[in-house]
Amino acid sequence: MADHHVTRNAHAEAHAHGQPHDHTTGPDATPHVGWKKYVVVGVILSVVTAMEVAAVETHVFPPHLVVPILLVLTAAKFFLVVLYYMHLKMDHAIFGRVFWAPMFLSVLVVVGLILLFHVVPTWGKFSN
Amino acid sequence: MATAVAHDHGHGDGHAVHPPTSTGLNTWKVGFWVFMGSETLFFGTLIGTYMVYRGTSVVGPYPQDILDIPLTTLSTFVLLMSSLAVVLALEFLQQGRRNLALFWTMMIIVLGCGFLGFQAYEFTHFYKEGLTLSTNMFGSTFFVLTGFHGAHVTVGVIWLLVLWFDMFRGHMGPQNALRLEIAGLYWHFVDIVWIVIFTLVYLMEFI
Repeated sequence: MADHHVTRNAHAEAHAHGQPHDHTTGPDATPHVGWKKYVVVGVILSVVTAMEVAAVETHVFPPHLVVPILLVLTAAKFFLVVLYYMHLKMDHAIFGRVFWAPMFLSVLVVVGLILLFHVVPTWGKFSN
Repeated sequence: MATAVAHDHGHGDGHAVHPPTSTGLNTWKVGFWVFMGSETLFFGTLIGTYMVYRGTSVVGPYPQDILDIPLTTLSTFVLLMSSLAVVLALEFLQQGRRNLALFWTMMIIVLGCGFLGFQAYEFTHFYKEGLTLSTNMFGSTFFVLTGFHGAHVTVGVIWLLVLWFDMFRGHMGPQNALRLEIAGLYWHFVDIVWIVIFTLVYLMEFI
């Protein structure tokens, strides 16, 4: 962590003094994951997609279990792409902050709307 | 405070020019992440609207009548593989392996066009089945959500075409791979939006 800050400060110094510096090694450099790992993530994404479709089409699981299974599998694919393909796992923390905050708000909006329009209206019906 | 003088880091290509920043981070990249944050809210409201009106159509065609899971699974696979092509193209561009970078960038474009082809077929098929933007609530929310997503994919394809031609003419290399990285971030974002749409709009209808 300390090394990261040293590198970042050195990079900022170079920026400040207009010195030529390598953008493939500074804090704004893209982290290298390696093509083999990218292919592995691609295979996992394909397998998880197949699992999603199988969960719906095979009718092996009861309907009330399929929804949480689908949500978990979708979340897994989502995080795999964001963390590895978009490099948020290895990249500078600022990028994560400016992305996860509105993402959290967005999920809150969707969940809030579903609760407001599909769950809350049923409460009265159950009590009668 | 640092003097805000633009410098080009000796690349001489005109693309790496940006003023010094206190964080040392490229402002284009930071700005683009902020833009993607705003896009999550844009698609969040569209997905939220779809979920609110889900199951409220009083006339057909209904989702279960016309949605084609095998076809959409195939188009989802195509889009996922295009994301893999993005990271491979970026990896090879950063390594200075121009031909491989050109090949994988072209693969993204081809796969992106493939996805758009599936969507064009789906929209045409739905129209022939009687589902339009004004037929019912499903038609309105479905076409707006997937249409905006398709528009984003189209923008991504055009963007990547421009980058491919620049790469082909030798104007792109490891020194300005950030251009492809930012276009790639946009492409991955479009991909994650589709991951959510595929589950909530398509798969959930058949439970």
